[in-house]
Amino acid sequence: MFDPMPWLILSPLIWATLAFVHGPGRGARLAVAGLILQLALAAMLAQQIVAGGVRVYAVGGWGAPLGIDLTADGLSAVMLLLTQTVALPLVFYARAYFTDHANSLRYFWPLTGYLLAAMNALFLSADVFNIYVTLELLGLAAVGLVAVAGGAGPITAAMRYLLATLLGSGAYLLGVALLYGVYGSVSLAALTPLIAADTPAVVSLAAALMLLGMMLKTALFPFHFWLPPAHGGAPAPVSALLSALVIKASFYLILRLWFDLFAPITSVTAAQLLGALGAGAVLWGSLLALRQTHLKMLVAYSTVAQLGYLFLLFPLATGVSAEVAASAWQGGVLQVVAHGLAKAAMFAAVGAMITATGRDEILGIAGVAARLPLTLFTFALAGVTIMGLPPSGGFAAKWLLLGAALASGQWWWVVVMVVGGLLSAAYVFKVLRQAFLPAEEAANFKPLPRMLEWPVLLLALASLVLGLGGGEVLSLLGAA
Amino acid sequence: MSTALVYALTGTALFVLGVAGLILQPHLLRKILAFNIMGSGIFLVLVGLAQRAGTPDPVPQAMVLTGIVVAIAATALALALARQLLDMCGEMRLPEEKTGKDRLDV
Amino acid sequence: MSLNETLPLLVLASSLLPGLIIFTLPEERHGLRSLFNMVGATLKLLVIVYMLRGVIHGEEYVFRHTILPGLDLVFKADALAMLFVTLSAALWFLTTLYAIGYMEGSPHRSRFFGFFSLCVTATVGVAMAGNLFTFFVFYELLTLSTYPLVVHRGNEQAMRAGQVYLLYTLGGGALLLIGTVWLYSLAGQVEFTHGGVLAALGPEYTGQLRVIFFLLIAGLGVKAALVPLHGWLPLAMVAPAPVSALLHAVAVVKAGAFGIVRVVNDVYGVEFAQSLHLLMPLTVMASVTIIWGSLRALFQDDLKRRLAYSTISQVSYITLGVSIFGPMATIGGMVHLVHQGIMKITLFFCAGIYAETLGIHKISEMDGVGRRMPWTTAAFTVGAFGMIGLPPLAGFISKWYLGLGALEAQMPWVIAVLLASSLLNAAYFLPVLYRAWFQPRTEAWPEELIPMHNGREAAWLLLVPPLVTAAATVLVGLFAASAMSPLNWVKLIAASEYLNWMP
Repeated sequence: MFDPMPWLILSPLIWATLAFVHGPGRGARLAVAGLILQLALAAMLAQQIVAGGVRVYAVGGWGAPLGIDLTADGLSAVMLLLTQTVALPLVFYARAYFTDHANSLRYFWPLTGYLLAAMNALFLSADVFNIYVTLELLGLAAVGLVAVAGGAGPITAAMRYLLATLLGSGAYLLGVALLYGVYGSVSLAALTPLIAADTPAVVSLAAALMLLGMMLKTALFPFHFWLPPAHGGAPAPVSALLSALVIKASFYLILRLWFDLFAPITSVTAAQLLGALGAGAVLWGSLLALRQTHLKMLVAYSTVAQLGYLFLLFPLATGVSAEVAASAWQGGVLQVVAHGLAKAAMFAAVGAMITATGRDEILGIAGVAARLPLTLFTFALAGVTIMGLPPSGGFAAKWLLLGAALASGQWWWVVVMVVGGLLSAAYVFKVLRQAFLPAEEAANFKPLPRMLEWPVLLLALASLVLGLGGGEVLSLLGAA
Repeated sequence: MSTALVYALTGTALFVLGVAGLILQPHLLRKILAFNIMGSGIFLVLVGLAQRAGTPDPVPQAMVLTGIVVAIAATALALALARQLLDMCGEMRLPEEKTGKDRLDV
Repeated sequence: MSLNETLPLLVLASSLLPGLIIFTLPEERHGLRSLFNMVGATLKLLVIVYMLRGVIHGEEYVFRHTILPGLDLVFKADALAMLFVTLSAALWFLTTLYAIGYMEGSPHRSRFFGFFSLCVTATVGVAMAGNLFTFFVFYELLTLSTYPLVVHRGNEQAMRAGQVYLLYTLGGGALLLIGTVWLYSLAGQVEFTHGGVLAALGPEYTGQLRVIFFLLIAGLGVKAALVPLHGWLPLAMVAPAPVSALLHAVAVVKAGAFGIVRVVNDVYGVEFAQSLHLLMPLTVMASVTIIWGSLRALFQDDLKRRLAYSTISQVSYITLGVSIFGPMATIGGMVHLVHQGIMKITLFFCAGIYAETLGIHKISEMDGVGRRMPWTTAAFTVGAFGMIGLPPLAGFISKWYLGLGALEAQMPWVIAVLLASSLLNAAYFLPVLYRAWFQPRTEAWPEELIPMHNGREAAWLLLVPPLVTAAATVLVGLFAASAMSPLNWVKLIAASEYLNWMP
């Protein structure tokens, strides 16, 4: 049977390299073709998993420990589908966005391709060292993308991002080294029973290092310092990719480490601590988002806040009954998907608004409601998910998490989620309100090409549809 | 004290020194150097543990080789960015952020 | 999908689809836009009439869709749902006519009518919701679709009002969400059932159930403008008159009150709620709101503001009726849902006509307007008399049953509240009527926007709706005993709620 797994990694590598060789014009077409292929492959893989459970593939026919294994389960399939689904409309969007900046486009396509290759490989990796390699590739590609348009601000942000990401993956690698030293293996499948059987103190140190490294890469409060300048300063398509996808990759890793690998040694205290940091992210990020004067910085701080919700998953799924844990798990993963779709749409919509008005302050978007209704509608739809209002995917996730919190008696997370929702409504409506005001006299609205508006509307609609049909995603999640 | 343990402890010490340098040193080149020291520390730990019952273990050695390649790429990118920053801002330091810093009065 | 399942969806689609299409229409296509509006409104009414006949004959119109395992979106057109749906659809039809006339010449009409239609979609969604989750979804959609209507004018006042509106309604929504999720975690999927479902839970849950009740009522009370959660309503008067009419007679305020009815009757069950001692605090809150609203109304000079405080007061009659234990009071409260709707919308329609034709915003400017605009002022008079509770108008019927219910439940102080409220109503309405009819005009009108010609006092699109609703106020009161009146419908609903009632 044809195995889509290696092709999910090879395809973006191939078209990225070709795009680098052939230049920006061909690059766009290659990217579109490649992503359509990848989306089909991801769908195929999802189907195979639903039918047959966890899948394993040995690259080149050489199995572990000398060769590299690829493995896919329900969670991997969900993440792979999310990645390709978000990337495809963004490719169309990016092509329209960079029409006047051929120089940026030159490097945009190859870097995006490598980024996607790294993400796909990350979700398919079966051993912790391969994960390190893919993490580094992901980090370098992301840093490159932040710097792709040049300018002192983005270059500084890129440098900060690079140093933070290297620190994070360095800590992770040391953890891997320690694990290997104790157990003699790096394969996830082999390590899990070994850790369950016997855990000397060094292993706890390794776990802490790996988790801390990933927390830094996921910009969890208080390690979030690098994210707002990077996501807020990069060009809009890049911000969309970063906030929607790249951040989720390191979060995915934390999920794997916490629930699969280190499950025997995770403690309720550590989980509550993670949750507390998440709560801090929600509150602090939302407050700072409210204070911003520039559109993209507002959305970037919104990412900081929304990531906090993801970390509420840990206290809700550790040390509680199986039902509650399952509900929390589903809620967390659904939030990952919903936020990915919505945040990509939001950044893209904001980018379109900035392109049209020529200004990036929030005050500058007065009159957008009348001139750019479609883009504003996209922003509003994405905002509904971010606020967690029905009938969006964000609401479905919030419902599951709230249910888990109430059922396990951890009512303080309920307060955090509700207050967070209200604060996010405050900053979303801050933008919406400004857009409904009449335009200033001197305002000049450039007409927008269709590609800047329609693909992102699709993304926003997808996050809404997720709210009505989230059961499909959840059944894939639980398939293996 | 077995050799493995000596290597491991030295490697960990280098790691800690590298992290401290990365965070505390303001000059960009020093940060990049600190990153490399951090990397070397990790590789030392790996290599030091690359012996199973006296016979050499190829897997960690392969990992270290991969790691060195990754570190080179990362260092190259970091240096390129630092060079750009020098051209634009005139000094090899990260300028203070004006927007995006966590300030409630932005 | 069978016909019975599609009909609720059709009701929703009949305003959702025209609304979405209207958003895309260019601003100049007035005729096309009005066409879509009226076609949608008419279709909706037709489907609802069909469903009404079905429900009378015992048909069930239920639609289910699973969102997540263990979480269903359910539409169930039972008798109470049909009551609210019919009111919404009929009044929407009239308000659309009125709005087409009122908004002539205003900018951004496509946007306005688009959100107008979305608002009605959300309202009928609230009406037909078959469980608390579905109710909550459309309740929040109502908030989202009414906000653009409140801030439509775009000036500073409107934006401020919008901000306050959001603060209150999203806050209320958050409380409602917590209550709903908590209830679901205790009792599973709570579908609205006559007599309530929570009595089946064991006694160890009473503490939690009390807190949940408080959360739900607080969340619903924001939209239902229960004191002290009413602050958004007077500020929202800055919206155009069709919006005020819709918000105050049909959509937002009624949705809140309707929710309270559902929670007390079909989630907790009125007997269970009584046993948990939850009803008395609700009665007290409703009474306070009734008196407070009326008192504040006395001191307002701005006409719409006076009507706003009158709404705050009158809608609490519904809450009062539902919270007094006994079928008479329930009948009074539920029928007031319909009656207050038609009376209040008449008043707001007339207020809008005064503003549009003569620039009148304040009561002090209303001297002699009865001579200039007799038909409008006649409609206004009927509405005002109805509010005061003069027989044989609609308002009297509701107050009569509420009074009977209070006696039945041995709460004579409620009658005092009702009487006081009627007196206060008279106190703030009669002077207005006196000014309009009997005070001669001494100065020019503030702004004569539509001059009188051929004896026609205002555009017919603006005039016909209030005349229709005023006539309805009279008819509904006169023919209250007939089989087709709202009162009879409500009696049926109450009968199924109080199955075990022994007076």
